[in-house]
Amino acid sequence: MISLANPTRFLELVRIVLPWLTGLTVILFAVGLYLSFFVAPPDYQQGETVKIMFIHVPSAWLAMMAYTVIAIAALGSLIWRHPLADVAGKTAAPIGATFTFLALITGSLWGKPMWGTYWVWDARLTSMLVLFLLYLGLIALWEAIDEPSRAGKAAAILALVGFVNVPIIKFSVDWWNTLHQPASVFRMGGSTIDPSLLAPLFVMAGAFTCLFLLLHFLAMRAEILRRRVGALQQIEAQRAAA
Amino acid sequence: MIRAALALLGRDLRLAWREGGAIGTALGFYFAVIVLTPLGLGPDLNLLSRIAPGILWVALLLAGLLSADRIFHNDYEDGSLDLLTLGPLPLELVAGIKSLAHWITTGIPLTLLAPVLGLLLNLPIESSGFLVLSLLAGTPAVSFVAAIGAGLTLGLRRSGVLMALMILPLYVPALIFGVATVSASITGPASPWAPLMILCGISLASLVLSPIAAAAALRAALR
Repeated sequence: MISLANPTRFLELVRIVLPWLTGLTVILFAVGLYLSFFVAPPDYQQGETVKIMFIHVPSAWLAMMAYTVIAIAALGSLIWRHPLADVAGKTAAPIGATFTFLALITGSLWGKPMWGTYWVWDARLTSMLVLFLLYLGLIALWEAIDEPSRAGKAAAILALVGFVNVPIIKFSVDWWNTLHQPASVFRMGGSTIDPSLLAPLFVMAGAFTCLFLLLHFLAMRAEILRRRVGALQQIEAQRAAA
Repeated sequence: MIRAALALLGRDLRLAWREGGAIGTALGFYFAVIVLTPLGLGPDLNLLSRIAPGILWVALLLAGLLSADRIFHNDYEDGSLDLLTLGPLPLELVAGIKSLAHWITTGIPLTLLAPVLGLLLNLPIESSGFLVLSLLAGTPAVSFVAAIGAGLTLGLRRSGVLMALMILPLYVPALIFGVATVSASITGPASPWAPLMILCGISLASLVLSPIAAAAALRAALR
């Protein structure tokens, strides 16, 4: 990890990993989508709508994973002042927000035929919505501060405050109102989902995770290069002024 | 150190008092929002008394947030914040004291105004006690968490809107348990004390944790 602190080494790593990661993502998506649409049987109650789950559940997992990545990056930038951690935190926020949005949208499309409404003020839905707002706050803070080092520090503080708050928010809304089904994949006594539906779900989860890594690496590379261009332009402007 | 802390608290309270406008503005805002709500919903008293706890709480959060950018802003403008960083008090304590001063000058007046506004919304008069208790227990969390936002947005353009976007999601737990306390005291059957205790816990946790985050934010802003 330490050797990756150097952005140049990181770019080198990205250059090597990127083709493999792209290939893996494409293959996993191909297999996962094939399994979802042609192999997985319709659910005995939900019919074909169960297949929304193959997008919905991985998106929701990734939404939370992206926030965890941001929080770890925040620790990295506050404790070790790791410049790459700033970049990682900044670029993960829009991706995480997108996955959160996807989870909310697919959930509401599934909710219409199953629950009879696009939206209910249920604990899971509400805590995802609050997570989405936290992402928006982070992105807005990054946009509002021009100087990257201050923006990085401020966003890191906000990300950690949010990370402490996410479990509290989750439990308080759980206590408040609940309709969403409880955890059914990872739980004591094994999964309550049939293996025929579980296999495509896991392949899709793998595909989404690879997609997240791929997008995150690409965004980090773009951000590092953008900062370099900015620095070069500044030097150029100073030289022109002198 | 205690003397320095008390001196700072006294100074902030005197400033807020002599400045005058700030406290009155928050109270006026709270009043205006509560007056507008029945105009939007219609004068159905049953409906109003059912939603009164939520309206009173949400409007209070907005009023508190509206006045929160002044926690650090004036001291940042005239440079006294720089002096405070160099002074004997740790920055965490400075942030804590300033949040406390904000609570005393905003949280408590808003809390005292709330039962009067509750009458306008047909809140049962027996529940006023629990309304005041829940606000007294919850407003410290409002002030202390707002200090984080005030620190993060120090000296930025459009800091007010940005702060609302960042901080309002963090108010969800306080809002839920605050409203649960008042609602339980109106309709029962659950005891209002349980959510009130949780609300106290949330406030105590934010009392300890947010000055640390606010001080870190100030260091990032002042460097």
